[in-house]
Amino acid sequence: MSDCPYLIIGNSAAAMGAVAGIREFDRDKPVTLIARESEHAYSRPLISYLLAGKVDEKRMHYRPADFYARNGVRALLGLEVTRIDAQARSVSTADGQTFTFKNLLIATGGRPIVPTDLPGTQARGVFTFTTWEDARNIRAYINETGVKKAVVVGGGLIGLKSVEALKTLGIETTVVELADRILSSTFDQTASNLASAFLKKAGVEVRCGTTVSAIETSDNRVTGVRLRDGSRRGADLLIFAIGVAPDTRLARDSGIAVELGILTDDAMQTSVKGIYAAGDVVQTTDLLSGAKRPIPILPNACRQGYVAGVNMTGKKLAFHGGIAMNAVDICGLPTISVGITDPGTEGYEIKSKVDAEGGTYRKIVLKDNRVVGAIFVGQIDRAGIFTGLIKDKVDVSALKDLLLGEEFGVLSLPAEYRKHVVSGQGIEV
Amino acid sequence: MAGRKWLLEPDFLVERDPDRCIQCQVCVRQCANDVHSYDADEEVVRSDSSTCVGCHRCATLCPTGAVSIRRAQLEFRPHGSWTAHALRSIYKQAETGGVLLAAMGTDRTHTVTWDHVLLNASQVTNPSIDPLREPMELLTHLGRKPDRVEFHKGDARKVVTKLEPQLALQVPVMFSAMSYGSISYNASLALAQAAKEAGTFANSGEGGLHQDFRKFGGSMIVQVASGRFGVDVDYLNTCAAVEIKIGQGAKPGIGGHLPGQKVDAAISATRMIPEGTDALSPAPHHDIYSIEDLSQLIYAIKEATTYTKPVSVKIAAVHNISAIASGTVRAGADIVVIDGYRGGTGAAPTVIRDNVGIPIEFAIAAVDSRLRQEGIRHQASLIAAGGIRSSADVVKAIALGADAVYIGSAALVAMGCHLCQKCYTGKCNWGIATQDPYLTRRLNPDIARRRLVNLLQGWALEIKEMMGGMGINAIESLRGNREHLRGVGLSDRELTILGIKAAGE
Amino acid sequence: MKRIVAREEFCIGCRLCEVHCLVQHSKSRKIIKAFRDEREKVVPGIKVESSGHVSFALQCRHCGEAPCIEACMTGAMARDPETGVVLSDPDKCVGCWMCIMVCPVGAVARGANQQVASKCDLCIGVATPVCVANCPNEAIVLEEDDE
Repeated sequence: MSDCPYLIIGNSAAAMGAVAGIREFDRDKPVTLIARESEHAYSRPLISYLLAGKVDEKRMHYRPADFYARNGVRALLGLEVTRIDAQARSVSTADGQTFTFKNLLIATGGRPIVPTDLPGTQARGVFTFTTWEDARNIRAYINETGVKKAVVVGGGLIGLKSVEALKTLGIETTVVELADRILSSTFDQTASNLASAFLKKAGVEVRCGTTVSAIETSDNRVTGVRLRDGSRRGADLLIFAIGVAPDTRLARDSGIAVELGILTDDAMQTSVKGIYAAGDVVQTTDLLSGAKRPIPILPNACRQGYVAGVNMTGKKLAFHGGIAMNAVDICGLPTISVGITDPGTEGYEIKSKVDAEGGTYRKIVLKDNRVVGAIFVGQIDRAGIFTGLIKDKVDVSALKDLLLGEEFGVLSLPAEYRKHVVSGQGIEV
Repeated sequence: MAGRKWLLEPDFLVERDPDRCIQCQVCVRQCANDVHSYDADEEVVRSDSSTCVGCHRCATLCPTGAVSIRRAQLEFRPHGSWTAHALRSIYKQAETGGVLLAAMGTDRTHTVTWDHVLLNASQVTNPSIDPLREPMELLTHLGRKPDRVEFHKGDARKVVTKLEPQLALQVPVMFSAMSYGSISYNASLALAQAAKEAGTFANSGEGGLHQDFRKFGGSMIVQVASGRFGVDVDYLNTCAAVEIKIGQGAKPGIGGHLPGQKVDAAISATRMIPEGTDALSPAPHHDIYSIEDLSQLIYAIKEATTYTKPVSVKIAAVHNISAIASGTVRAGADIVVIDGYRGGTGAAPTVIRDNVGIPIEFAIAAVDSRLRQEGIRHQASLIAAGGIRSSADVVKAIALGADAVYIGSAALVAMGCHLCQKCYTGKCNWGIATQDPYLTRRLNPDIARRRLVNLLQGWALEIKEMMGGMGINAIESLRGNREHLRGVGLSDRELTILGIKAAGE
Repeated sequence: MKRIVAREEFCIGCRLCEVHCLVQHSKSRKIIKAFRDEREKVVPGIKVESSGHVSFALQCRHCGEAPCIEACMTGAMARDPETGVVLSDPDKCVGCWMCIMVCPVGAVARGANQQVASKCDLCIGVATPVCVANCPNEAIVLEEDDE
């Protein structure tokens, strides 16, 4: 295959961001995109909505139908890349083709983690849940076998969204979480408790501090699970949502530097010149803790992709790192968490307001007079103001007592910062 | 021990149309007198008319026109002499024991003489002039005019005589003295900006000149009043003219009073008095007890400004105004301002406002006649002030002898004032006569300036129309030209004093 | 593109902007009818914040680099190519609230039925946004954005 000026592996948020970044400065040279999944670019977070029947296939698409044509992108979908040859600057695909490139972007995202030492994970009715195809398959299985009970392993974001979808379909669901509380990576105990209470009210069984020790099958079909404490749950359907790891196989095999994710510099370039990486597959800097880790959230993937795309055209743009943040509606309970939400008390100041009856909770985490984290449960209005304060590291010593007040708003912010926020262009790069 | 004041009755009745009210609560937020309130239980807005002052802020802003203001409905048995006003004044005084205060000009229904004076128009023998097609001169110069003008022997265009300093006005209307303190910063700013834009002048009033307004100094006349607030050398040097305030039409014979609550940091700095202290202007200037003293002050100011600026003297229109004016001119004043009894104020005792002084129509006519008789009319320009309401009043004032007029109330009305006459409470809902930051932001100086300039522009066009109708194309030809006026419903004596004929003559 | 600018020093906190925004985005577009029947159904895109005597009206800034567009997982939040206005498509929105999480001005609200995002649309289709046209003190103005 002839030299691709721009070659992208992947077709999700980072890839779409990259196309936008490339086309910002280069309207002419063709872009080639190769993706294992065969669907037109779709919104991955919507798969639980699809499963629940809340959105139809049309609404899944993340970009209009004519997106590729209008942006000069040759999209080869349903084609898996098997190898990257960094020296020869080429990639090989499963059907035996080879593509050489000038600029390559690896946006392969993540792979769901499945326990390797648990028999029965290959039985029918056992799924992971990260792709449209998974949603399709699960739905088909439910329709085919008439699932009555389900168990979801993993009380994180994907797990709880699956639970929500299954509940909507009228399936009795249990969620099993290894940590002592659900959403342990984003919530503190109080927030987790509120979320658990809400799930329980919705009829979901929540089991924390335990995990699945054995899968029961019959006729190679899942029929139930045994938990570590010996108790048993009947299950016609089993979903593993215990985590997603960056899919770094291609990079690792080709010698590109990888740690928890693919290593990149501020321009999203890997250890090999002309090869970039963006999205869930990348290891980036957590701007709050300084730690180097993947931060697999959609806005980051989008921005990283955009930055990579711009740099691939020869123009310069930088991505300095991200902040963990998540907005998730759990069975009708809206929640938002940003930054460091559950620190030790050393050096941190906490301000919070909880209404257990009403199911609302607001928590602000401060360090050195700056907001470094926030949790909102139920009352999520205008949470973004705090995200801005975290990102811009604003000194809030003068407004500490106003932060949780009814009237807190842009007017409460220091005058200079307020002017900057109101007249600015949004994302500052 | 004072409890409820039972004899006091509300002046106004607030009416709300329940079909139109959408409970948006704009009226609740905008009333500084807490007339409107929201009943959250019943989800309805209610109004307590007892504190309504009739400023119309609520009615003006109501998006559905649901609110209207009526006179209070408590009717007294009709009485020719014991009017509702007389009765209510006694009730108020009986309950409070204080001096009743009022603001703005007198609201008594004595004859408004302007409305008894009519203008001429040309027909047949003396053709009228179309102001849209012919040039019309409104340009007016205020200041002392020379006794004689000598021209250069060689070039007749050159004037040899040294001319005294003059103020040039594009339109013969200026903004009257309203002190920063009695009106808000935004209002003062709008007046200064509008004066500059329209090519006329604004009077700073006796409150000094705020630093921010010094850049408009070329369009400002600054006042030296009995309290001498804010008078320093910079003040005198920045302005276009200096005005010594002897009296004010609304309250002749008494001084001014700005309550301590209205003296905040900015006012304190501008007036050069401590924050929170009352700004008291004594009745007389304590260094002017005779006409010679006045002359001394006039020349002291001329010396201080190196004879580069006209010095004006403002006197209230009272009995013997002609003699006083004559003396003032001979004392060296370049401009004499006569403030008639309908002039406005931020605060004055009601009895003084309504009973002291004489109307400007008679005063200006009398002064103009006397000065002409004495052959000194050219030594000073005359400014008429005190309740000028329209361009017709302006034309009549000039025809009766004024060189130009001052407008105070009219300027405030242009900015939004609804003449509720409660300026002294400091709760002006239109952001004009207040220092309360919640209220002052309501007067956007850009909008106010635009409105003032619009007013002057409209009046200028109307004055030209009236002049054109009279067959005059220059304001000088109108000045003191009594022939263009006729009186209706005036007695012989009044006609004589005004110096005009009766209609039909 | 044009942006709405709020001038803090002139806002009188009357909230007429909120009133007119609601009317403009109601079905009936008639003020009395809208307030009688649709008050619970429309969330105004503009909100007046006040503290003491200081107040100002705030709505979506239609940022040139809008964080809400990047955060939106369905593509509901997008920029209209002709006008440059950032619009939220209620048919695509699933109410995940990522936009609320990232808007630094807090301009996105949960719509009246709490299902989809709701925010200022710059009165697209009308020559002058109604908040600008109806502010009694010209505290809200439309300015050409030089960026």
